[in-house]
Amino acid sequence: MRWFWIDRYEEFVRGRHATAVKNVSLAEEHLHDHFPGVAIMPNSLIVEGMAQAAGLLVADAIDFNRRVVLAKVAAAEFFFDAVPGDTIRFKAEVLDLKPAGSLTKVISTVGDRIQGQAELFFAHLEPGEGVPKLFETDELLRWLDQMHIYEIGRDEAGNPLSRPDW
Amino acid sequence: MPSREEIFDKVKSALVDALGVDEDDVTPGATMVGDLGAESIDFLDIVFRLEKAFNIKISRGELFPEDVLSSSEFVAEGKVTPAGIAALKARMPFADLSKFESNPSVQNFANTLTVEDMVRYVQSKLAA
Repeated sequence: MRWFWIDRYEEFVRGRHATAVKNVSLAEEHLHDHFPGVAIMPNSLIVEGMAQAAGLLVADAIDFNRRVVLAKVAAAEFFFDAVPGDTIRFKAEVLDLKPAGSLTKVISTVGDRIQGQAELFFAHLEPGEGVPKLFETDELLRWLDQMHIYEIGRDEAGNPLSRPDW
Repeated sequence: MPSREEIFDKVKSALVDALGVDEDDVTPGATMVGDLGAESIDFLDIVFRLEKAFNIKISRGELFPEDVLSSSEFVAEGKVTPAGIAALKARMPFADLSKFESNPSVQNFANTLTVEDMVRYVQSKLAA
């Protein structure tokens, strides 16, 4: 089982920015204990959602040929709690992208209110010794399909993204 | 060319953002690793921030010569050899390596780089 903290993308512009959606539901078991009678989506998991939204954006931009690992969470701030029934939108933006790492900014919104924001720094690790394989290619492709990346994704010029032939 | 104080202020703000330290901790003599708690991944973050703040390009290994420190050519029994010291000096003319030379164990290197070295590094890049 993997933890998926985004449901799908609504917008995905290769190497630039993307918007992913997360619907918070009381059907999620972790909310039953956090807290009984007053369910609140933990902000730590919102950071994970931010990291997934921005991480796939970065990994796609470098053709998935390095392992994109969340290395630092900088300047994270939260302004109110997300609760069951809320739709969180993660608006991710690539601020800087290099072979060895990338800096991104993600804002989470509920409706038109900013719920939180963070700068996320990713290290891009080369496959090899000491770097575990994060995904099997078919598993990764299933996830990308589930995220609707090749339905709504565009490159900078506005052309549809082609689904990789792995 | 900005003044030394202007460079120091921008370096300080990059380090405060990258390392989550207080402004008061970022003194010229503070060591990057020992005093400010920088880890290897932080150096990449710092490179990003310095590039942006000063509009410069920093190549991999320029600020922190990890390739020299992990090279069998320049390291013997955990210590940087005289040839290695020469390589470090050539690569990092901005850094004051005199203290490191007296006990050149690789582990010590992390505590060699100071905030002032970062300032001198940026000065040398801007002058180039």
